[in-house]
Amino acid sequence: MSHPVISLDHVTRVYGEGDSAVHALRGVNLTVGAGELVAIMGTSGSGKSTMLNILGCLDVPTGGHYVLDGVAVETMSKPQLADLRNAKLGFVFQGFNLLARTSAVENVELPLLYRRGNPVKNTRERAVAALERVGLGKRLDHHPSMLSGGQQQRVAIARALVTEPTVLLADEPTGNLDSRTSIEVMALFQALNDQGITVILVTHEHDVAQYARRVIEMRDGHILRDHPVTDRHIAADDLVALDATTPMEEAA
Amino acid sequence: MTGQTVFRMALKSIFKNKMRTALTMLGIVIGVGAVIVMVAIGNGAQAQIKSQISGLGTNLIVITAGSVNTGGASQGAQSFNRLTVDDVDAIKREATLLGGVSPVIVTRTQIVGGSGNWRAEVNGVSTDFFAIRDWTTTSGDLFTEEDVRTKRTVVLLGATVAKNLFADSDPVGREIRLGKTPFTVAGVLAPKGQTASGSDQDDVVIVPYTTAQTRLNGFSFLGQILASASSPASLAPAQEEIKVIMRAAHGIPNGGTDDFTVRDQTAIAKAATSTSSIMTSLLAAIASVSLIVGGIGIMNIMLVSVTERTREIGIRMAIGARGSDVMLQFLVESIVMCLLGGLLGLAVGVGGASLVGRLTGWSIATPASAVFLAIGFSAAVGIFFGFYPARKAASLDPIQALRFE
Ligand SMILES: Nc1ncnc2c1ncn2[C@@H]1O[C@H](COP(=O)(O)OP(=O)(O)OP(=O)(O)O)[C@@H](O)[C@H]1O
Ligand SMILES: [Mg+2]
Repeated sequence: MSHPVISLDHVTRVYGEGDSAVHALRGVNLTVGAGELVAIMGTSGSGKSTMLNILGCLDVPTGGHYVLDGVAVETMSKPQLADLRNAKLGFVFQGFNLLARTSAVENVELPLLYRRGNPVKNTRERAVAALERVGLGKRLDHHPSMLSGGQQQRVAIARALVTEPTVLLADEPTGNLDSRTSIEVMALFQALNDQGITVILVTHEHDVAQYARRVIEMRDGHILRDHPVTDRHIAADDLVALDATTPMEEAA
Repeated sequence: MTGQTVFRMALKSIFKNKMRTALTMLGIVIGVGAVIVMVAIGNGAQAQIKSQISGLGTNLIVITAGSVNTGGASQGAQSFNRLTVDDVDAIKREATLLGGVSPVIVTRTQIVGGSGNWRAEVNGVSTDFFAIRDWTTTSGDLFTEEDVRTKRTVVLLGATVAKNLFADSDPVGREIRLGKTPFTVAGVLAPKGQTASGSDQDDVVIVPYTTAQTRLNGFSFLGQILASASSPASLAPAQEEIKVIMRAAHGIPNGGTDDFTVRDQTAIAKAATSTSSIMTSLLAAIASVSLIVGGIGIMNIMLVSVTERTREIGIRMAIGARGSDVMLQFLVESIVMCLLGGLLGLAVGVGGASLVGRLTGWSIATPASAVFLAIGFSAAVGIFFGFYPARKAASLDPIQALRFE
């Protein structure tokens, strides 16, 4: 692991004030290097989403320091945070969050349209390429309502990677998918990770966490455990194995 | 994000939700349409009055018998007619500020000639009358002072009379009879159209007043005397001068009541114009209220739409849209919707105005400025009423917006 892409130094996040204040993060230290695939686990309310939102520059810490790819995030203004999200980060959500009544390719093209500095010329070609990368080259003009959950999530992943981000963040990306589709999505994340993209995802499922290289467990706003995955699964292999058993299931 | 991209995005969003767009635009369509119809009606009325002023002739002064000041029934103006040709001669001799002065004898008679009968007003006048009232001919010539002096039986036909008696053929040189007297048609007058009260100014024939006195009714009294001031500036002093001459001619002592009235028609018409211009402003103001109501409708729907699209806003922000990008998007959507509504309203207004004109017979004039008015106003409405919702959208917190159900 080379230079750190993400570095959290004693980061806290407090919602509200006084007696009703909720301490969602109570001083988190975390370093993530380039090319890692990290799964964040933990009980409900332990602060996983809060941390991911801070990592994603959608939210700012109450205290502590956050350095993203060499940029001190707490010094950034709101518009600068928006530019940072656009340039360095890609998001995948549990609920897909695609624009309704908007075709797959237009959804994927959108982040490129918000690009500042040197505007992207061939936005459509790049969107098409990103969709082909997630295996949806034939669904360019489909609207979200015409796609399955797994396909919608793949459009969302294409949208996240079309800007070639440094870090890809996913909050329970498989939460709304069945187990087979979950493995497909994880295969995609693994493939992207193999190409060098840092991936950080939140999940409740141990099966899903098995595809990561490193697992972080949280509780009550703290990092409880942080360990590498020993018997790491390869999603592509699992899919092959699954396909081998399927005909028997169908016959039964 | 380039301006072109913002514009394309706004158009996409507008056409994605046609029903919402149509309802939003309706208010602006009606508002702009109403303003244009109202302005067209008011403008038409003004233009008509203006043309009537010029139809009356320049710097016109009207002298009638009787006093407007006395009022009451005992001194009814027409029952005690005291205007004579001698008055005209006195004015002609002594006045210094007049361009012309003419007696006017008014009677009605049956006219026979050409293809049939026609009953019309006959005016007996002198040659000054033509300049005073701006009469010209489309065919033939006006009669001359020689004709007046020698009481010749020549007649000028108003356009309506000529059309009714001779249809399309040229009546110049033809014989007609006014009552029992044969007259020769000297010319056909250029049409003037209707008066404010709707009577046809071309339904008239004009003869020398001397001929009218001897051949038609033998009156020595005049219906009125028309004069014209030599310039607009001398309109007021010329009327004073006429009053002095008339008082002397009628032997009215100082402090005595005038038995005649000198009026300045242009002033009356000008008052009418300013009244109608006030009316136009008033109508436009009332119609503008509907434009404002339409604008508030836009704001309302934009606000609802911001709430409805909260998640969309959250998504856009998460993938890198700045607050200003979101603001611009909503503002452009609002402006584009208002402009489209304004253009539609323009079409509705112009169509509606001509329909009103056709149904009521009012004269309608849609001013060219209406186009700029419609576009300018609707853009302004779009900016003004789109600003608050757009700012609200831009100030949303991305996480909360993403969580919004
Ligand atoms: N906007 C907010 N205002 C107040 N409290 C909040 C807010 N967002 C989160 N919290 C609180 O912060 C704590 C951590 O929430 P968070 O969403 O990070 O948990 P999580 O680990 O993602 O849980 P889950 O697995 O259920 O998604 C919780 O106690 C939650 O109630
Ligand atoms: Mg969560």
